Amino acid sequence: MSEIFSPAFVPATKQGPVASEGAATRTILIGIAVAFLALFLVLPLFAVFIQAFSKGLGAFLDAFREPDAWSAIRLTLTVAAIAVPFNVVFGLAASWAIAKFEFRGKSLLITLIDLPFSVSPVVSGLIYVLLFGSQGLFGSWLINHGIQILFALPGIVLATVFVTFPFVARELIPLMQEQGTAEEEAALTLGASGLHAFRTVTLPNIRWGLLYSVLLCNARAMGEFGAVSVVSGHIRGLTNTIPLHVEILYNEYNFVAAFAVASLLAVLALITLVLKSVLEWRFAGELAGGRSH
Amino acid sequence: MLHDLSLDVRAGELIGLLGPSGSGKTTLLRIIAGLDAPDRGRILFGDDDATGLAVQERAVGFVFQHYALFKHMSVADNIAYGLNARRRADRPAKAEIKRRVGDLLDLIRLSGFGDRYPSQLSGGQRQRVALARALAVEPRVLLLDEPFGALDAQVRKDLRRWLREIHDRTGQTTIFVTHDQDEALELSDRVAVLDRGRLEQVGTPDEVQENPASATVMKFLGDSVEVEAIAEGGRVLVRGRETPVAAPAGTIGPVKLYVRPWQLQLAEPEAAHLSGTVRSSYRTQGRQRIEVVDAEGRVLAVEDFDGVRYAAGHPVGLRINGGHVFG
Repeated sequence: MSEIFSPAFVPATKQGPVASEGAATRTILIGIAVAFLALFLVLPLFAVFIQAFSKGLGAFLDAFREPDAWSAIRLTLTVAAIAVPFNVVFGLAASWAIAKFEFRGKSLLITLIDLPFSVSPVVSGLIYVLLFGSQGLFGSWLINHGIQILFALPGIVLATVFVTFPFVARELIPLMQEQGTAEEEAALTLGASGLHAFRTVTLPNIRWGLLYSVLLCNARAMGEFGAVSVVSGHIRGLTNTIPLHVEILYNEYNFVAAFAVASLLAVLALITLVLKSVLEWRFAGELAGGRSH
Repeated sequence: MLHDLSLDVRAGELIGLLGPSGSGKTTLLRIIAGLDAPDRGRILFGDDDATGLAVQERAVGFVFQHYALFKHMSVADNIAYGLNARRRADRPAKAEIKRRVGDLLDLIRLSGFGDRYPSQLSGGQRQRVALARALAVEPRVLLLDEPFGALDAQVRKDLRRWLREIHDRTGQTTIFVTHDQDEALELSDRVAVLDRGRLEQVGTPDEVQENPASATVMKFLGDSVEVEAIAEGGRVLVRGRETPVAAPAGTIGPVKLYVRPWQLQLAEPEAAHLSGTVRSSYRTQGRQRIEVVDAEGRVLAVEDFDGVRYAAGHPVGLRINGGHVFG
């Protein structure tokens, strides 16, 4: 017993904690990280705005006088306005089921929720072509009934929903698991209906986590390119979202307009980032895994 | 896991479900509340069958071990929750709710704390709020699941005395679950001892202590020593010497005798039933406690009041003044 406490076993303290590096190593590592971030993240962001304003404010604003630009913005907002609420409902239902109940196939459901993260967006789009395209599984049935899914709003919404659906569920599942069911049970014993308990107990407990995930879900929904590109058909003024519109302008060598419209997405990203940081800083304890800055 | 059992709780009674962890006491409580469903069997409140009723319709008050207060609501809103959750027609007027919350805050001695949040309260205060919240709906029965389990020793003691006071004042039928013998014996009108899903014994604290129904109850209610003995002619003999313990009717031959530390007394070897050497001797809460090791290496605890201190290694004899034999 006594040997354990003999001086020979006391860790040497003058060199600091064993896991810490020397000052030089630290400076180099931080330097590499900062340089990398500047080169690959900050610089391109600046480049977007520099390009957008390279011919002055007038040329920048011209990009938005274009009716096709407006229809792209409208379509993007419409898609996000459908896809995000849908995924909020789905995410709430899935995380509620997974966190509060035990059932067979639970781990399979969790795996399925992660699927969109592991599948290439192009494949996500192609799935819908295979299902709803004219050669697809339901293609002829849809044509016979005059229902247009591909190259129209429904297809774009479907692809966006698919790509963004892990965001809400992934945030809420650990959060709800951490909070357990005791508060809900307390509410039920006090006579609250299930819905009342959900509204007054569950929802307030997850509100910041939910807002956090909605922000990320929305940013992705508006910025999604690959999956949407496959199902959209690129019909100008009709099925082009903002990212697709940017691509078209760029391919036409209309750089100022391309970057001007792209700057919208960049601003969206910056706003999302700021709000996300505020949430992480202010409500760290109420987000999954107690994220902090 | 529960086996078939029947427990009759009387109106206005404070009954403790006592058992080691895994004995099924919490499961039983949750089944009574309607939070878990039994595979079979019935739950009756008075003459009403509550088996098919949803948890909301049972009108029980449930207090959880870890309080389960609503974090985002003030203390007053927590207490008022059950009243506010009622359908409009059954809901008391705002002023009435406020009055009732005020009364309950007085009852739990937290007047003036209504605007605070659970995170600003100590553990003991939180559990008092949880109790007030459960009482606010005027439940038919109050169910407490290890209510003091998460609190430190001093707060536990204060709170259990206080709970007994509240019970005496309100006459609220109360069932509480605990694994702490002292808590159950101090607090309850009657104790129900559970072990591995079986109801071992129900009785007043005196009954279960004086006449434990089984070795399990005996062992769970406190320290005891198991002694090899012989039942003969209605008496229990240890090493050929008669003890004051009566053998159960019809029992003859080798039996196990269970003896509490205070039923053992230091004695001269010629009058002793057991012998050994003193291992340690110390004073605890006014009693002298002596630990004796016998020839087989077993530790026998003796509680004696004579205050004589023995050095370790001193040979002693032990006399058995009481004990229990189970058929």
